[in-house]
Amino acid sequence: MSDPQTPLLLLLGCVGVVLIVATLIGQVLARRAPEGPSLVIDNLNARINAWWVMVILMGIAFLGGKTGVVILFGLCSFAALREFITLTNTQRHDHWALVAAFFIVVPVQYILVWYGWYGLYSIFIPVYAFLLMPILAALRGTTENFLVRVAETQWALMICVFCASHVPALLTLDIPGFEGQHVLLIAYLVVVVQISDVLQYVWGKLYGKTPIAKKLSPSKTVEGAVGGILSATAIGAALWWLTPFTPLASAGLAFVCTVMGFLGGLVLSAIKRDRGVKDWGHLIAGHGGFIDRLDSVLFAAPVFFHLVRYAYDVS
Amino acid sequence: MSHSTPWVARITPLCAYLAGAAIVVFARFVTAVRGNWQGIEPNSTQRVYFANHCSHGDFVLLWTVLPVKIRQRTRPVAGADYWLSSSLRRFIGCRVFNSVLVERNRTQRTQDPVTQMVQALDGGDSLIVFPEGTRNTTDAALLPFKSGLYHLAFQRPSIELVPVWISNLNRVLPKGEVIPVPLICTVTFGEAIHLGPDEDKQAFIVRAEQALRALGPDLDVEAAPGVSLNVDSGTSPSLGLSSSSNQGSNKSQDPNTSSIESSKREAS
Repeated sequence: MSDPQTPLLLLLGCVGVVLIVATLIGQVLARRAPEGPSLVIDNLNARINAWWVMVILMGIAFLGGKTGVVILFGLCSFAALREFITLTNTQRHDHWALVAAFFIVVPVQYILVWYGWYGLYSIFIPVYAFLLMPILAALRGTTENFLVRVAETQWALMICVFCASHVPALLTLDIPGFEGQHVLLIAYLVVVVQISDVLQYVWGKLYGKTPIAKKLSPSKTVEGAVGGILSATAIGAALWWLTPFTPLASAGLAFVCTVMGFLGGLVLSAIKRDRGVKDWGHLIAGHGGFIDRLDSVLFAAPVFFHLVRYAYDVS
Repeated sequence: MSHSTPWVARITPLCAYLAGAAIVVFARFVTAVRGNWQGIEPNSTQRVYFANHCSHGDFVLLWTVLPVKIRQRTRPVAGADYWLSSSLRRFIGCRVFNSVLVERNRTQRTQDPVTQMVQALDGGDSLIVFPEGTRNTTDAALLPFKSGLYHLAFQRPSIELVPVWISNLNRVLPKGEVIPVPLICTVTFGEAIHLGPDEDKQAFIVRAEQALRALGPDLDVEAAPGVSLNVDSGTSPSLGLSSSSNQGSNKSQDPNTSSIESSKREAS
């Protein structure tokens, strides 16, 4: 591995092969279906097509290095925040606060991440946005549902911006012997968490019987979750060569990430059910919105970031 | 633009095209707007789209979700007082959107607005109208309709009148604000209506109002297939939604929903 690009190209090659196989299976299923393609198969193929787009976009961002990755996740945060705020109780008196959230908090957070200022980006939203938002809302007037509105806005920022920004923040870690290969940490995190989602779906469809929380999501079953998390952990361990981790540490980190990812999906489903919607948005065909696809990454990213920072970072 | 030199006249259509494209990109960036073709197909049938009006951006969103070919043949009907008040607005109103500009002030009228609209229809174009007549800045879901829609339906009975509900745009840009807040907007197209053979003006206006209101809050959620536009029964339209989904009131900008919405909810 003399060339730092080799592992990334290998990984992209593996993902490409998986997608080609998935695409072939999807097309064969669609052709063989006795009464024409069903809704499930159509949805499966829409999901696979969307995966192609997502993988290609990630690949382009990786080629763009730190700036590319920061811009990609900044745009994801923007789109996720747009979906989240749409479902909140905010009213016209929150207008200034919301304008500040979209056009000040999002760019500032990502500029801080790009700059690598850990001391500020790790508290900017939990402290400064936390204090600024209710001030702006209070200056504009109404008290009705004040705490609810302020809390919803802060929650939206924490999930959609703070948590998401910990993915590109992985690029700023100082790990000896791993210089110039940081995008591999992002690739590792995203691949492990997303493959866990896919495997939970597959295991759930094949063997799922016992719902975990019927009210939240009828499709989340014990069999699917256990099967998905364990198999994704095994894949994570097998990907140790991408990372500065030993195979055992890689298995442990993959396990933590997939469990957090699963729980994140559960929490964000609870919010959707409360608001009476099936999906957060409609921009990713077959998947729903950005939050539907990112939910597990959002919960896994900060935990993965801090574990790696604590154990491997030397700054 | 009678004062245009030939050079300006040549460059103007290109500028209008680019401005139109930029407006569509901006609208999508802020609102990620989605067209929900619930009652009609997006095809080139000549129509009058009648929509709720909460913001200056309403017709922009409706225009954005129309497929390009239909968009080129669809003209918004707008107030001349607003769109002729500056040269930029004149450019956008006349050149980009090809609006049918009507004089809202009765005393200053030289042309009858209904006649202008009928002329546009006879030219083969579709129209976007806001039958409330003015922007709705109240908490009510809709203001009472003006009678223009009836006169259009009466004079050109074969043309489809399509109710269109634009949701959330009043939250994106509340009255008096300059910077829009990015929120997801939906444009829902209902089933076309026509003037009944013996229907009088009042009955038709009420029916048109109800057809539009039926598409409103809580109804553009995915799981609402059973929209009844039958108003003769005297009951509120069935929303086909469970009451639990009303809890979040995610589609209404104000937790104090209007009495109209409340009664609809009870009916569901």
